[in-house]
Amino acid sequence: MSAPFSSTDAIAIAIMGSGGAGAITAGGLLLEAAGRVGWQGLMTRSVGPQIRGGEALAMVRLATSPVSAHGDRFHILLALDWENAERFVDEVPLDADSLIISDPAAGDPPATLRASGARLLPLPLDRLAESVPEGRANIVALGVLARLLALPLESLETVVVRALARKGVNAAYLRQTLAVGHDAAAGCNGFQRPLPPVSGDSGRWLLTGNEAAALGALRGGVRFAAVYPITPATDLAEWLAPRLEQVGGHLIQAEDEIAALNMALGASYGGVPALTSTSGPGLALMTETLGLAVAAEIPVVVVNVMRGGPSTGIPTKSEQSDLNIALYGLHGDAPHLVLAPTSVSDCLFTTQWAVQLAETLQCPAIVLSDQFLGQTQVACEPPPAAKPTASTRVIASVGGERYHRYALTPSGVSPMAIPGVPGRQYTADGLEHNPHGTPSSRAADHQAQLDKRRDKLLRYDYGAAWAEVEGEGEIAMLTWGSAAGPVREAAARARAQGLAVKAIALRLLAPAQPARLATLLSGVRRVLVVEQSHSQQFLGYLRAHYALPADILILNQPGPLPIRPAGVLAQLSQWK
Amino acid sequence: MKRMSKPEILHFSHAAKDYKSDVKPIWCPGCGHFGVQAALFRALAQLDLPPEQVAVISGIGCSSRLPAYTECYGFHGIHGRALPLATGLKLARPELTVIVASGDGDALSIGGNHFLHACRRDVDLTCIVMDNAVYGMTKGQPSPTTAPDWNSKIAPGGAGFNPLQPLAVALAAGASFIARGFSGDPNGIAHLLVEAIRHPGFALVQVLSPCVTYRPEEKAWKQEVHAAGPEPTADPAEAARRLFADDGLSTGIFYRGRPAPHAATTRPVSRDLTTIEAAFAL
Repeated sequence: MSAPFSSTDAIAIAIMGSGGAGAITAGGLLLEAAGRVGWQGLMTRSVGPQIRGGEALAMVRLATSPVSAHGDRFHILLALDWENAERFVDEVPLDADSLIISDPAAGDPPATLRASGARLLPLPLDRLAESVPEGRANIVALGVLARLLALPLESLETVVVRALARKGVNAAYLRQTLAVGHDAAAGCNGFQRPLPPVSGDSGRWLLTGNEAAALGALRGGVRFAAVYPITPATDLAEWLAPRLEQVGGHLIQAEDEIAALNMALGASYGGVPALTSTSGPGLALMTETLGLAVAAEIPVVVVNVMRGGPSTGIPTKSEQSDLNIALYGLHGDAPHLVLAPTSVSDCLFTTQWAVQLAETLQCPAIVLSDQFLGQTQVACEPPPAAKPTASTRVIASVGGERYHRYALTPSGVSPMAIPGVPGRQYTADGLEHNPHGTPSSRAADHQAQLDKRRDKLLRYDYGAAWAEVEGEGEIAMLTWGSAAGPVREAAARARAQGLAVKAIALRLLAPAQPARLATLLSGVRRVLVVEQSHSQQFLGYLRAHYALPADILILNQPGPLPIRPAGVLAQLSQWK
Repeated sequence: MKRMSKPEILHFSHAAKDYKSDVKPIWCPGCGHFGVQAALFRALAQLDLPPEQVAVISGIGCSSRLPAYTECYGFHGIHGRALPLATGLKLARPELTVIVASGDGDALSIGGNHFLHACRRDVDLTCIVMDNAVYGMTKGQPSPTTAPDWNSKIAPGGAGFNPLQPLAVALAAGASFIARGFSGDPNGIAHLLVEAIRHPGFALVQVLSPCVTYRPEEKAWKQEVHAAGPEPTADPAEAARRLFADDGLSTGIFYRGRPAPHAATTRPVSRDLTTIEAAFAL
């Protein structure tokens, strides 16, 4: 065995197969079974362009500690067949330490995979499956993996039976099929990649980032959503739709993204915290309405699940390239909130916080998630128990004196009237206005309202949640969003190698917090910026808003391939 | 034409003037929209709706300035998007009376897609389209209801496009209440608006509202408008026949179908968050 693939004990498994072979199903069940015994992990799926079926790849990474990124190499590639395998070879890096499990009847692995030097473990998956009534190769494969990973078979039995018996598959046959695979791998000495058992309180949650974001919205008090379907954000809305109804809210599918955000804005104007979810093309359509929310001072949350751009781009793959439009896409001087989750499970906290901030500060908040964060499923430690936020919106109460909706206050936030309250009628307006709300083109009113809308964001104390910080050192890595995963892992490995590194992932991107970052960077001499954008959007943002040390390196790459810890580490090693 | 029905209003606790704000309209003297404003106030008084229970939602254009001129809650949004804004408000706050103030450019051009879908959703809104067949705020460009040969700076000799028929479009798209009024007859519009607001689905009221500045010839509408058929029909096929046979200048309620409004589910809360979250636990 050579050096570990990462600083953690993580094991990475790729399961590949053609349409209907059940690769994704197997990956999901593996993650769930691993979570049930206290392991943590994640699964990302990669599929062809077919609307239904087609070749598929499940990428699973398991460990006894939190997993927030893919590693450098896969330890095990299990191929149910080799059809269209070429499509996925870029996504499944292997090396001489890797293991390829496949059915010899399916032919040899593609030359590109063999060239990695990975060892081959031929197992007659199909024949083994045929030995059991209703047997399927993907379930045999799970039995094999259970043996190699030392994953208790009972855990797999539980999840496999629960998932597939529903579809009419005989439970006893399912157990038999698993056992056949488990037994077949019994003699595979030298191929094991066991994970140690987890003791103590090991309850796990299984969820995707899109589900976590939707739950964060519910916890934050969102009770209205209007959405237009778009990959990879649709599943957020699909999770939310029935659950909003269960808590007394409502979700509507709008005719387009412009309508979706306007509907959300209308609901919020009516006093009901509201959200829409979208991806790049939809965010582009929403920018005018976001400006209206800024000018009229109405809270609203947009969860933007980024995908490869520009234009239609790569809808099913991750990229951090909507940063510029989120920060600067609004016309006029339009201060607003931009936040980004720093891991899949953090989509919950960050979205909940976004709702809270939008409601408190009466302005729109964009949550920049991405396809990796949104659609990766994780088995993770349960987040802190539900603490639904009390409404933080400052509401104007009934009163007789003249009401000034946009009154100039020390905090910049002025009490907002909700329709139905007598004596507080006003007209919310995208036209510049005076404190009362009456349209005005006077220079003094424009200046005062611009100041108000800026200052309410600047004067607010965002606290420590604005960034996630790990470690100390003269070298700092600055990153955001899903890039924080490989950065955290690279930092841990650098520290293990004796290099003191600080990892900083910004959660609050706008308004920028120059004083807070200056504090974090005091004593830091070198900065490595890590981001998944071709044009270095994050670096541009940092240079525009923050004082940085002169010694800066940048690691940036576009999607669709993820940033891997080794790539980050290679940059750091230049400073060794 | 100019008869006021003040004695009627005296029975109620709200008078038309209670709905008027102190903001001075930017409209030109003689603008048809003044008639719409007066009619709206009379309708609200007749329905005795407390001003705080009414929200007037608009987009951009001369017509869309109306919210600030009322003592109701208002939202002056962005061009073309009043209908989705109003839809979100009505779904979130079904007890409010939500009125959309729009124009031919706002509702039918930039907002055309929303217009179609507001009709088919049939959410309980009253949509007033003040139609003067011109973009007045930008000083005289053709709109979707302008005749193809109307001469303008931007389209010398005429734009050459067929005008669309808002009421026929609304019928085809599924609106359940369709009417037309004339701004020179505020009482007539007030009557239409009372019926439209009472109608529990999407109610479209097109108001022929002359632009005295850029379409002075529209002043002749006063002589040209005439009453539509005797009774509104509930049969969409009959309504379509009437609308396609119509000269565009007849006023009254053309269609009052059976509303099938989309509304937020009113089921009580069936689960708390803890129960929902429990599903994530392995």
